[in-house]
Amino acid sequence: MTFDLPLWSFYVFGAVTVLAAVGVITVKNPVHAALFLVLTFFSTACVWLLADAEFLAIALVLVYVGAVMVLFLFVVMMLDIDLVPLREGFVRAMPLGLLVAIVMLVEMLTLIGVRTMQMPAPADPALAAGMSNTTWLATALFSQFLLPFEVAALILTVAIIAAIPLTLRRRTGVKSQDPARQVAVTARERVRVVKMASEKPVDTGATTR
Amino acid sequence: MITLAHFLTLGAILFCIAIAGIFINRKNVIVLLMAIELMLLAVNTNFVAFSRYLGDPQGQVFVFFILTVAAAESAIGLAILVVLFRNRATINVAEIDSLKG
Repeated sequence: MTFDLPLWSFYVFGAVTVLAAVGVITVKNPVHAALFLVLTFFSTACVWLLADAEFLAIALVLVYVGAVMVLFLFVVMMLDIDLVPLREGFVRAMPLGLLVAIVMLVEMLTLIGVRTMQMPAPADPALAAGMSNTTWLATALFSQFLLPFEVAALILTVAIIAAIPLTLRRRTGVKSQDPARQVAVTARERVRVVKMASEKPVDTGATTR
Repeated sequence: MITLAHFLTLGAILFCIAIAGIFINRKNVIVLLMAIELMLLAVNTNFVAFSRYLGDPQGQVFVFFILTVAAAESAIGLAILVVLFRNRATINVAEIDSLKG
């Protein structure tokens, strides 16, 4: 029995993933939950590296840890949340939640058939095809899945545009500058030339000045 | 040697933790969103494992699309959350009942 480094790495990363996921759902503070979620994503990316999915592992770190979790942290810190009412029923719902989760886990493991699925890993399909994982993925993505790829880009654009008007707030009664009107202004609008007769001194008869 | 069962077991454990999280945190919308992200992560792990062990790139392509849609979903979800908090000053699911559903 030799020391199997990939297997032990898998156990370590898997254990960190599971513990961090448990942390996400049990800690009191949502900021800590978000940070635990970051740890979960990061160690899952390590597990994906062990499955030779290099591109997706890096994409998970960049997209999730770099963008989505920052968004989560930003929102959590921006909202001033009263945590006490949110913890109501935590202990009461715990036994039911644990029961459902454990029953489901047992069912899933039975369905997977842990004993029968001892399939040894074949050679890395990307390397067998003589290319890197990224090239292997991109070949499939840009040939078979070009239309779904474009649709995914469209979905992202729609999401960005939808998020802005959702959170945009127009306040009334505040004095703010309107740069568009400032730029578009002409000299005629700023200075008003009034034509009038020149003023004559009023003749009161007493003084000649 | 890592077998397919290792990855599938990890995915199953993650998914069940997320289910338990939805049960025990049903008042807090933010943690509910995080539990949904955990579920997607579990499913993605299964996809990656099957793609690796069956030698088929379609599994990884699908993970790519799931990541895209999940990013869009969380952006919209958090935007709705911000608007909700601005209007109701709470994110407690039990108090968000104005639709009387």
